[in-house]
Amino acid sequence: MYEILKKQALNPTVTLMDIYAPYVAKKAQAGQFVILRVDEAGERIPLTVAGYDREKGSVTIIFQVVGGTTELLNHKEVGDRLQDFVGPLGKPTETEGLKKVCVVGGGVGCAIALPVARKLKEQGCNVTSIIGFRSKDLVILEEEFKAVSDTFYMMTDDGSYGQKGNVCVPLNEMYARGEDFDEVIAIGPLVMMKFVCLATKPHGTKTVVSMNPIMIDGTGMCGCCRLSVDGKMMFACVDGPDFDGQKVDFDEAMSRARSYTEFEARAREKACNLFKKEVQ
Amino acid sequence: MAFNMRPDKNPMPCQAPDVRSRNFEEVALGYTAEMAIDEAKRCIHCKNKPCVAGCPVNVHIPEFIAEVANGDFEAAYRVIAQSSSLPAVCGRVCPQETQCEGKCTRGIKNEPVGIGRLERFVADYHNEHCKEAPAAVPSNGHKVAVVGSGPAGLTCAGDLAKLGYDVTVYEALHVAGGVLVYGIPEFRLPKAIVQKEVDGLKALGVKIETNMVIGRVLSIRELKEEYGYEAVFLGSGAGLPRFMNIPGENLKGVFSANEFLTRSNLMKAYLPDSETPIQRSKVVAVVGGGNVAMDAARTARRLGAEVHIIYRRSEAELPARAEEVEHAKEEGIVFNMLTNPVEILPTAVEDVRDERYGWAAGIRCIRMELGEPDASGRRKPVPVAGSEFDIPLDCVIMAMGTSPNPLLKHTTEGLETDKHGCIVADERGATSVDGVFAGGDAVTGAATVIKAMGAGKVAAAAIDEYIKNKAKA
Repeated sequence: MYEILKKQALNPTVTLMDIYAPYVAKKAQAGQFVILRVDEAGERIPLTVAGYDREKGSVTIIFQVVGGTTELLNHKEVGDRLQDFVGPLGKPTETEGLKKVCVVGGGVGCAIALPVARKLKEQGCNVTSIIGFRSKDLVILEEEFKAVSDTFYMMTDDGSYGQKGNVCVPLNEMYARGEDFDEVIAIGPLVMMKFVCLATKPHGTKTVVSMNPIMIDGTGMCGCCRLSVDGKMMFACVDGPDFDGQKVDFDEAMSRARSYTEFEARAREKACNLFKKEVQ
Repeated sequence: MAFNMRPDKNPMPCQAPDVRSRNFEEVALGYTAEMAIDEAKRCIHCKNKPCVAGCPVNVHIPEFIAEVANGDFEAAYRVIAQSSSLPAVCGRVCPQETQCEGKCTRGIKNEPVGIGRLERFVADYHNEHCKEAPAAVPSNGHKVAVVGSGPAGLTCAGDLAKLGYDVTVYEALHVAGGVLVYGIPEFRLPKAIVQKEVDGLKALGVKIETNMVIGRVLSIRELKEEYGYEAVFLGSGAGLPRFMNIPGENLKGVFSANEFLTRSNLMKAYLPDSETPIQRSKVVAVVGGGNVAMDAARTARRLGAEVHIIYRRSEAELPARAEEVEHAKEEGIVFNMLTNPVEILPTAVEDVRDERYGWAAGIRCIRMELGEPDASGRRKPVPVAGSEFDIPLDCVIMAMGTSPNPLLKHTTEGLETDKHGCIVADERGATSVDGVFAGGDAVTGAATVIKAMGAGKVAAAAIDEYIKNKAKA
């Protein structure tokens, strides 16, 4: 179980893997997530499902190296096995009845936005995609997005590729031209989702965001992933991960996301040192 | 045989408080054979055996104690094993003072017989000396699925396997054991003991599938219709943590006891080489007075903190086992009774980019006094106006109990639950869905290991009967 069937570097810090997990592959849907452990002493980390192949029994994950665990994961190769891989967890993204949707992806969040855009396209929805990155060398999944989009915008913060600016720029322009959407689905860094919600608010467009807070079990047990939605406490793992972005307290979520910043940096450094030793 | 009329129990040898509050090794070290025999002779074998009625699974207590007094510890084990599947666990975590020992005739005038300590001694003796794995029973060809590998599920699985059923246990986490693994700390229940129980089940032929969240990866209907299980037992526990709905609960440094304990126990964050982080705090407040609160407090203490228990009723109402309260006090934990939190106070940093922003820095509490008895029969705590005070701290752990996970309710058509989200089951564990049984905290809400075990036992018998009747029809 949990063998790595495919590994592909999408950019210097983002990697795609197909993992053999037939039970998960059979049920996974866009918007759901898995929790994995790399090895016996490993921590449990949540990753959103980036794709699945029900026949092959594989689930695609795309991750950015941010801490010790993702560093360890990135050093696993095709044929290696992961210790644990549990899912699908959380509720799938609701797409029923949507006719015209703007999907906004930021950075590694594009990996999660893509299956949503694909699902919308498959049901005959008109899809506008806006994907944004810091710079050209970090761009991922451009062709894949184009293939499922009626309208496509590529944005980079520094203008090194596509248009210069953040993802709200084309969104605001479209609103200015009088365009409207049944729904905007934004998946990316918290600050990006916060600003997308601010951009859509005056137009009253329903805006769905996918929250990816710190989690342990992913089944509702630890309460670590709690967030305030419309002033009420919600657990991202069982009540989400999708929420009405206009009701999410992003400032609180951003603060909570930084609970272990220092620990993560140290863990990653430790993992890097470990691998330097191994290759020497 | 001459009875030992010594008035008090043989004391339990323990690690010294100042030593154990700095390590995670088991606190209570267990009786020696001499102590066990001496303690067993304190049982006067009274006619009514009130202890047996006090035990949720009716262990034949005087009979096993008689074997201990005779020095035949394996015979004592065989007596216990007739009724209990997890004696090494129950001897450690049962609230004996409200069960067997609470009813003991010796306890009327003096201390009761140390039944829990004797049970633990017998189970540990057996685990240490008996090397024979239990033999698998020939299969009867019937398949049963068990959802959850906590005390209810393990007991149900064990009993069914002994009857020849082909049993598969589905566990959501990466290891089996449920609350015995993620909730109860190593210093109270060493994980090797739980592993031994799980290994025993595997030797009986029980299959354990970890990483399987039933309700998501497979539905109950699929288990029955596609995977061929003739009956399903739901022992999914009460895992959802409760919070108080007071301001500041989402600050960093505020944890549910489940999260804090899961990080430490399941993810081994107390070990220096764990990859899972845990907050090392200076001052911790644990809100609640149950066993989980004591476990969280004593874990935080061992991680180096000054720890305060905050409980709204008085010490007499503390729901935790007496021994845990006593141990916690010895370890230097401060008990703030008749105290209730009203707000968790943040650090005085307003710049959101500052790393110190958004952390808990204190807890505002109000003094309580006991008023008229409430629905639970206990005197209801009421706030004393104007008595607010603050405790400066850097960590708050909420241990106010748990509710059943709504996942199975949401994904199982026709499964009836009550207003608290607990699965509705009759006294034999049958639910509103044909062939689906339930027991343990998923039915009762958060309770005890032994009650869950009892429910697992009852349901196993009911499942056996259900499948036999169906085969006849």
